[in-house]
Amino acid sequence: MAMLSVKDLQVYYGSIHAIKGVSFEVNEGEIVTLIGANGAGKTTTLHAICGLVKAKAGEITFCGQNLRTTDPHKIIRLGLAQVPEGRRIFARMTVQENLEMGAYIRKDKSGIDEDYESVFKRLPRLKERRKQIAGTLSGGEQQMLAIGRALMARPKMLLLDEPSMGLSPLLVNEIFEIIHDVNRSGVTVLLVEQNAKKALSIANRAYVLETGTISMSGDADTLSRDEKVRKAYLGG
Amino acid sequence: MDLLAQVFNGLGIGSIYALVALGYSMVYGIVQLINFAHGDIIMVGAYVTYVGLVMAGMPLWAAVLVSILFCGVAGVLIEKLAYSRLLKKGAPRISLLITAIGVSIFLQNLSQLLFSSSAKSMPAMFPNGMLELGALQISSNTILNIVTSIVMMIALQLLVNKTKIGKAMRATSEDAGAAKLMGINTNSTIAFTFGVGSALAAVGAVLYCNTFHQITPYMGGMLGLKAFVAAVLGGIGSIPGAMLGGYILGVAESLTTAAGGSQITDAVVFGILILVLLIKPAGLLGKNVREKV
Repeated sequence: MAMLSVKDLQVYYGSIHAIKGVSFEVNEGEIVTLIGANGAGKTTTLHAICGLVKAKAGEITFCGQNLRTTDPHKIIRLGLAQVPEGRRIFARMTVQENLEMGAYIRKDKSGIDEDYESVFKRLPRLKERRKQIAGTLSGGEQQMLAIGRALMARPKMLLLDEPSMGLSPLLVNEIFEIIHDVNRSGVTVLLVEQNAKKALSIANRAYVLETGTISMSGDADTLSRDEKVRKAYLGG
Repeated sequence: MDLLAQVFNGLGIGSIYALVALGYSMVYGIVQLINFAHGDIIMVGAYVTYVGLVMAGMPLWAAVLVSILFCGVAGVLIEKLAYSRLLKKGAPRISLLITAIGVSIFLQNLSQLLFSSSAKSMPAMFPNGMLELGALQISSNTILNIVTSIVMMIALQLLVNKTKIGKAMRATSEDAGAAKLMGINTNSTIAFTFGVGSALAAVGAVLYCNTFHQITPYMGGMLGLKAFVAAVLGGIGSIPGAMLGGYILGVAESLTTAAGGSQITDAVVFGILILVLLIKPAGLLGKNVREKV
């Protein structure tokens, strides 16, 4: 059974039909990417999964739980953490406090301390800056903090929304390396990206989202060789 | 020395403004709502103290405690009944503001109904004496006010910066959506913030009763407005800012009165507000609002 399954999802913003029957699945251990142009509905889909926007119809199931009837703040307790679009770190709090907020739902102090260490090991730049106010970090560091914060919940699955946005190519490589590494450590990943080339390079499977519907799906390698995908998303 | 004594007087009154300003500031910080009913919470706190102390004959400590708890619970209830649904539905700010004014009128009318509109006199609560520091004379009540306000501010700072619920408050105030993703129940965090703000207003109410000995159903109006000015002056959303704003207001009033301008104290208070906002729109200790990228 799929870890996360979305079936015939419908989302409206007022009278605008933003998501028109999107279905996809993510299996345990995979990296699945949802690619598509600006405005295709990628972020809306993620927001619907996390309950930040209400779906009109459809099923969203994570580890057997119906997410549509779960309060947004309880979703993370099921093991589903999100790195939101635009990072949305707590800019006026310190790096350390941001990580603490990531572990907000946890009570196992020794486990939390272990995870600080593993986050700092994976993202050493955060360790140097742990006392710094998060708003003063560079864009790349903020993205790392957003990932570190999500990992502090010790999630089963990580949703990442445009982690490459606004970063230099060098940093994009670094961030994707981190995501790949997180996945290898046993965290399932759903990656939403405009940077289709990078996303397809680390993903197992991919779905292409176009104006609120899935237009193509399949193996990431196969899709990256597909003529239409190459033309539309990979620059020829 | 006369001048210095007036400054202390002003700080004593300013402490009351400061305690009330903290509630405005905290609530504004977390939901960007100017809770105009907050001034009336002081009135509620004053009447509950009156009921406890005078009508029920409770010991002072019990009456004060009951008043603080009552206001804390009232704050949570007001949030749950009046604002919570509007906030959840993302209602426009103006609807919230109008609701706040409605709650304010409701509280005033309710206390008028229960206690009539005539003023009630409060007995002296804490022993008051004059402390002589050299040539300087300060009443012990003034010292009590100042010390209480400072202790409350420090306690609040510790709450906000060191405790889990405090951090949840800060996270919610920065980005409620991201806070939810962290597993923070933002609804109960907001309600808790109202509760803490209202409890602080009750402390202000006790000090007010002890200083002025008279309460009416409308006492929250001007007092609340001035505390709001104090919060804006200091930089709304900032805890030390609310305190600073309260002190400045109190001292300005006291010095104006001492200089023979007792009829124009309100004009001076609001004049200071206008001046500060012209020069520093975010208030004295206000955070610069950064646009999110």
